[in-house]
Amino acid sequence: MSKNQKIAVISLLAVLLIVLVPLFVLKGAEFGGSDDAGSQMVETVRGESYEPWFTPLLEQLTGGELPGEVESLFFCIQTGIGVGVIAFGFGYLVARKKYSAKDPSKGKT
Amino acid sequence: MNKREKQLVALSAVVGLALCAAPSASAMHVMEGYLPPAFCVIWGAVCLPVLAAGVVSIRRIAREQKKVLLLLAMAGAFVFVISSLKIPSVTGSCSHMTGTGLAAILFGVPATTVLGVIVLVFQALLLAHGGLTTLGANAFSMAIAGPLVSWGLYHVGEKLHFPKKLSVFLAAALGDLFTYCVTSLQLAMAYPSANGGVAASAVEFLGVFAPTQLPLAVVEGLLTMLVIMGMETYAMPELQLIGFEKEVKYE
Repeated sequence: MSKNQKIAVISLLAVLLIVLVPLFVLKGAEFGGSDDAGSQMVETVRGESYEPWFTPLLEQLTGGELPGEVESLFFCIQTGIGVGVIAFGFGYLVARKKYSAKDPSKGKT
Repeated sequence: MNKREKQLVALSAVVGLALCAAPSASAMHVMEGYLPPAFCVIWGAVCLPVLAAGVVSIRRIAREQKKVLLLLAMAGAFVFVISSLKIPSVTGSCSHMTGTGLAAILFGVPATTVLGVIVLVFQALLLAHGGLTTLGANAFSMAIAGPLVSWGLYHVGEKLHFPKKLSVFLAAALGDLFTYCVTSLQLAMAYPSANGGVAASAVEFLGVFAPTQLPLAVVEGLLTMLVIMGMETYAMPELQLIGFEKEVKYE
């Protein structure tokens, strides 16, 4: 393996560790959003409850909180769009390098 | 920037200032409706000129360096992916990364601002995450302040001849962390603590965000570094076009 490949593998492992370890170590933790923790903090600092003066547009339109499943749908769409573009980009670039071997300075594979 | 472009940026600054007088406007990690209207407007006004400069810089890329558009799209997509992933952290709560470091390192702050704002609008509208009223504040923290730190640190790293990978890692990780520091500060300015004022309040908010964000910042640093490594391997001509790589290197 080249040095770069080693770095890549090690960083990916590190990422997995950082992400997964809390899940197994902190058994029973809620893993709520830190944005929500922020909202609670606002109340603590103010010493009284706080009523947001504007509710999200979508909640106004649907007349309530977005169902959890639908919210995960939108998050997936966001991830999907992103991954699609990145995959297309790298696919294009990798193939370009591979098939442009005419130029000896590039694509030494 | 040519004259017309300068005028556009100046105009947007004026419009931003004008907005300060009129109540309207909206940011990302601050929850919808959680900033007093005055703050929403001010943060929005601060962001407008940068956003306009970003539109100018992206239009320039589209016109003069078409080849580079692919990398720009990928940097934007990186923000999309990274900021949609909620990741459990050591504090027992979840947070997500910003992903703006990559774009900032490659394309500078203004272009990153545009990409960040697109994501923020998407999340505010569809996900009730962040919000329209807090769009300005969140855009400032995630799409201006964070990228500015990333961009600055990367160039400091280059000056000091750090290994490129290390510069990228530090820039992205600390930029991510700084985004959340700014969010804390924004909340603190809106909600100064009764005893101790803004500073005491900022420490409290930081207490909520910082420990959660620290491991995620490391993850963001690593992922950004990986994407840059991939681009260095496969997109060298584009990286040279945008001045990221000076000369041909052999891998």
